[in-house]
Amino acid sequence: MKGMTLIVKKTTQLIAGMIFMYGIYIIVHGHLTPGGGFAGGVIIAGSLILVTLAYGGDFLKLVKEEAGTTIVESISILMVIMIATAGFLFGIHIFFSNFLPKGVVGQLISAGVLPLYNIFVGTEVAASIFIIFLSLIIFKEESPQ
Amino acid sequence: MNPLLPFFVITPLAGAFLIMIIGRFVSDFNKYFTSLILLFLACISFYFLFTTGENIYVYKVGGWEPVNKVPIGIYMVMDGFTAIIVCIINLIGFLSAFYSISYIKRYTAENYFYALFCLMIAGMNGVVISGDLFNIFVFLEISVISSYALVAFGVEKNELEASFKYQVLGALASFLILIGIGLIYWKAKTLNIADIKTAFSNGYDKTYYLFVQIVILSGFGLKAAIIPFHAWLPDAHSSAPSPISAMLSGVLIKAVGIYVIIRLFFNMFIISESMSILITTLGTLSMVIGVFLAIGQWDIKRLLAYHSISQMGYVVLSVGIGMILVSRGIKPEVAALAITGGIFHLINHAAFKGLLFLNAGAIEYTIGTRDLKEMGGLAKDMPATSATSFVASMSISGIPPFNGFFSKLVIIIAAVMARFYLLAVLAVIVSIITLASFLKFQRYAFYNKSDIKRDKIKEVPFPMVFSMVILSIICLMLSLLIIPEIRETILTPAINILTDPLKYSSTIIGQ
Repeated sequence: MKGMTLIVKKTTQLIAGMIFMYGIYIIVHGHLTPGGGFAGGVIIAGSLILVTLAYGGDFLKLVKEEAGTTIVESISILMVIMIATAGFLFGIHIFFSNFLPKGVVGQLISAGVLPLYNIFVGTEVAASIFIIFLSLIIFKEESPQ
Repeated sequence: MNPLLPFFVITPLAGAFLIMIIGRFVSDFNKYFTSLILLFLACISFYFLFTTGENIYVYKVGGWEPVNKVPIGIYMVMDGFTAIIVCIINLIGFLSAFYSISYIKRYTAENYFYALFCLMIAGMNGVVISGDLFNIFVFLEISVISSYALVAFGVEKNELEASFKYQVLGALASFLILIGIGLIYWKAKTLNIADIKTAFSNGYDKTYYLFVQIVILSGFGLKAAIIPFHAWLPDAHSSAPSPISAMLSGVLIKAVGIYVIIRLFFNMFIISESMSILITTLGTLSMVIGVFLAIGQWDIKRLLAYHSISQMGYVVLSVGIGMILVSRGIKPEVAALAITGGIFHLINHAAFKGLLFLNAGAIEYTIGTRDLKEMGGLAKDMPATSATSFVASMSISGIPPFNGFFSKLVIIIAAVMARFYLLAVLAVIVSIITLASFLKFQRYAFYNKSDIKRDKIKEVPFPMVFSMVILSIICLMLSLLIIPEIRETILTPAINILTDPLKYSSTIIGQ
């Protein structure tokens, strides 16, 4: 897949980073404002998709099987499960219990383990949506015209 | 709170994603790890089967205690009935996973196979131990979505077509279930099954309630493939790889279909006579039509798939008779007998249908065809497959001393005692036709002389033989459930929780 024109590439260069940062903002403020892991993850995946579309598959040197996204996805789910299981070890010894100190309501670092869940859910959603997009691109490039 | 309960969900879930990571770097990790996980789960499910008894264990996820006796957290519930189903899921799951060690070599992408397998197990365990309507839906989606992918695992034309059909009807079912849950949530203002029961016993709108029941019954009926909703089952179950067919037919339609129907209609809804007559009618239709559709098939796996519809008809019919009697409030001991028959047959069906699909897989593995006309004379070269499939065929057709005989006997006796003579006669006739169709299977596959020249056939490898032999021993052992002492420790707690209208909800709300 070839990339788009110079104008699109330049605009993407300017915008993609900001979209990525905005996704991170939505994820880490998940316990304070509307949004959270899923919404932020979709925004991050959007910025990655934007870069791929503007520069084309050749620029990214896509291969038949992109292992990186799958591994990131699996690791983030495992991390969610590990935090949930950590509830067995600390505090009241219950699965999914919120064992970290709750902090002050409204501060960025508060609400115990909730921000951690949001971060890993965000990574997982970003990776899985990007993986769907990549597999469609790779499929299109492989199939005969 | 019993700390072992969440392990039914987390171990297979974590296993699935560990396989996706470690399986990339270490070959053979996937197959042994899956079997190990399922062996562990089978052990703890047996522990629960023998220790639960009349108790109801409740696990409040995240430690959210009820406020003013209103449950606010997610509940996991383990009672006698759940323990039986969990046991079936993990035991058949273990044997199928062990069987796959040899069988799945003919496919590529083994990592994906085992990861999806673990996800399916996690979903089914979640459906069964969840005490919360919305979590039932979430886990149901996990298990059926992984089963869509597993049905299409061969990526040939037939498999993809079957998977697509399954997805369309499955999505319709999920839609109906979600609407039903939404309607219940709207009126009852809660999603906890026990709490919904209390909310509805304080008075409700009859018409609305009936509508909800119909929507829920059609949704889960589609998942359970009761007869007007059965169109997806023969294609999906025959196209999947054989260990997956064994899981789908032996376990999935029970765990996400029949189990939920029984649980919701006995423990959540207040049983009404009209609904129970409807359920009995659907069961009878499945039983009769399923067997007539099955007898003309020449593809082994399609034949077995149609028999699943028919045998599930027995279960639904028997439980339906129990529901009619409970709703009329007469003959409680006959109602208990009918429900016992239904659940006993459900357990037996998991064992022999799982075994039959594994046999079909073994035949397909050796000679590469599923068409009965192209087989013949396999008994000499494949003694283990032949012997185990004989056990399974005799079990499903109800020949003593195999397990199918006793459960069908209990069902027929219950139907006669409840004065449903026509249903009893139909059950006997269907059993005879089942016998005919399995004699056809035995004769064409194993004993007929074959004109086709083929290379020297060998018996299938050890893991496949092991799973089949263990399942056929289980088929024989399950007959022991008819003995009163064993029945009272295993089946009776399940029956009590279903027939007693208030025990489930009051115990859970009280904790």
